[in-house]
Amino acid sequence: MLKYAFRRLLGMIPMLLLTSIVVFTLAKLMPGDSLTGEIDPRNTNPKYIQEMRDKLGYNDPMPKQYFRWISNFSEGEFGKSTRFKIPVSEVIGERLPNTLLLGFASILITYMLAFFMGLYSGRKPYTLGDNLIGGLNYIGLSVPAFIAGVFAIFLFSFKLDWFPSNGSVAIGLTDGTFEWWMSRLHHVFLPAVVLGLLATASYTQFLRNDIIENSRKDYVRTARAKGTPEKKIYNVHILRNSIIPLITFLGFDIVAIISGAIITETIFTYPGLGQLFLQSVSTRDYPVLMTLTMMFSFLTLVGNLIADILYGVVDPRIRLD
Amino acid sequence: MSTKKSLIKEAPLLEVKNLETAFDIEGTDYNAVDNVSFTVKPRQIVGVVGESGCGKSVMSLSIMKLLPKGIGKIKSGEVIFDGINLEKMTESQINKIRGKDVSMIFQEPMTSLNPVFTIGYQLQEVLFNHMKITKKEARQRAIALLKSVGISRPEKIVDEYPHQLSGGMRQRVMIAIAIACQPKLLIADEPTTALDVTVQAQILELLREIQSVNDMSVILITHDLGVIAEMCDEVIVMYAGRIVERTDVDTLFHNPKHPYTTLLMGAIPKMDETEERLSSIQGIVPSLTNMPKSGCRFAHRCPKAMPECFTITPKLEDVEQGHEVACLLFETSKPKEGVR
Repeated sequence: MLKYAFRRLLGMIPMLLLTSIVVFTLAKLMPGDSLTGEIDPRNTNPKYIQEMRDKLGYNDPMPKQYFRWISNFSEGEFGKSTRFKIPVSEVIGERLPNTLLLGFASILITYMLAFFMGLYSGRKPYTLGDNLIGGLNYIGLSVPAFIAGVFAIFLFSFKLDWFPSNGSVAIGLTDGTFEWWMSRLHHVFLPAVVLGLLATASYTQFLRNDIIENSRKDYVRTARAKGTPEKKIYNVHILRNSIIPLITFLGFDIVAIISGAIITETIFTYPGLGQLFLQSVSTRDYPVLMTLTMMFSFLTLVGNLIADILYGVVDPRIRLD
Repeated sequence: MSTKKSLIKEAPLLEVKNLETAFDIEGTDYNAVDNVSFTVKPRQIVGVVGESGCGKSVMSLSIMKLLPKGIGKIKSGEVIFDGINLEKMTESQINKIRGKDVSMIFQEPMTSLNPVFTIGYQLQEVLFNHMKITKKEARQRAIALLKSVGISRPEKIVDEYPHQLSGGMRQRVMIAIAIACQPKLLIADEPTTALDVTVQAQILELLREIQSVNDMSVILITHDLGVIAEMCDEVIVMYAGRIVERTDVDTLFHNPKHPYTTLLMGAIPKMDETEERLSSIQGIVPSLTNMPKSGCRFAHRCPKAMPECFTITPKLEDVEQGHEVACLLFETSKPKEGVR
């Protein structure tokens, strides 16, 4: 297994190189550059601008620019944000904890709800409870996050005033204190619920259908013939088999936790990576944008690797070597 | 094999009375098993034979109430096992009997074991279901059971997964699970159909051996008359959900009465004849939805069919001592000559 993981990690290098070329090309293809953020805005002398262009390397040939970027990048030098005027790693580092908190909170909500609802629906298909859960899921699946978010803010923030409508923490609290943590949880609750509830649908239906399908398998009949109680058949025999295909989702979720939720974070003005990503696009903050894209690509590869390794753990028929 | 066994007067271990099992197809009930009655005595091997779709498997699943939920249901009849009516029991009550007093092995060894659990786990589960036993004891029992069904290196196999075993070995494991609690009755639903011929013989041999050592009764469902001749004391011939003939194995092979049985016998390939074509029964078993409404269900395929065969439903009646046939040709009050 270790050997397998190592080989897969090595295999990522060419993939990441290819991704970096695509990311770089796309960034360069976008109209304009971040020059205006790098120069003195009061000096409009064309000569000065030309000088600065040369100095910043914007006039170098493309391959040269690419290699400069990629070699810096591989050394962990991600460049300086043209918008915040601080290193990209600091910009990302500042927002990462917020995104992680939101990601974990929402995924926890999704998993717990989906697990219980899926198990119930799968065990009692075509009953009132199952139809009710199915109905809820279709609502969750068809309501977009920007509508659910706006309604949630309107109802729970403006009308009921239960939760704050924006930000990640109340102003004026000391980092690390109990109040600070509580305030963070208070802020993350609403976006996490919106995000988590909307994602529940596909998991629930997937789990439900897989349980129904598995409950018709021959091994279930064998278990029944052994005198195994119904409850154990569902919670052990069937569930253990139905979890296997869900691992695929887990791989994506690892990425989703870290890459943040662009729409939800923007609506709740929650300072996470998703919001940062969107802002970087509109402010042409290419160093941040390119670093984030590379990071998400890397995480996607890692997420897939973790999923593949987990397949080998939960399914004895899959051997990794 | 021996006919003497079946002649001993003994209280039956299993008594199936007027069993009717129906499948719900688009809101209408169709009887897959129609008014079936028979008994199994202690230590007896009863064979059930018939073409595919004759209701053999459905009948055996009905006995243990293992029909797929929401699709098949037992409409009427009684299954009395050891003095208790199984059809009246709740799910949790019958769970105490399943795997302990009555157990079952299935046709498909490849899919009958759970792919994600070890052989040992699945074998020990039946022990834990029915006995108070420690983990260590259960493991030892499991290894001993695997050994008793002829699996070499049982200490190793016990920790392996089903996909690592061959079909024959998986069926042995299924047998080990079935006999783990020394049941009084074993229902074997085409246990060798999915296996190749040499493995078939081994599995049948094993079943016979276990049957005589454990003193259990066996219901052996098959469509292979060779297997019946080899293994059984009594034979039930089923057609389209009904029993058409029931007798001991010697009588069946030497003096088959029902035209269906005769034709089945004719379809056995013979070694000493050089016929190019195998003889077969023309037509197929009618599907559940277009079963004849009245009369004998075999009538439209029967070479000896008479006009009344299409209107009068024959009853299963004794034609000789211990030889029951459901055919108008043999009903005492009816004309005996075929008019076709």
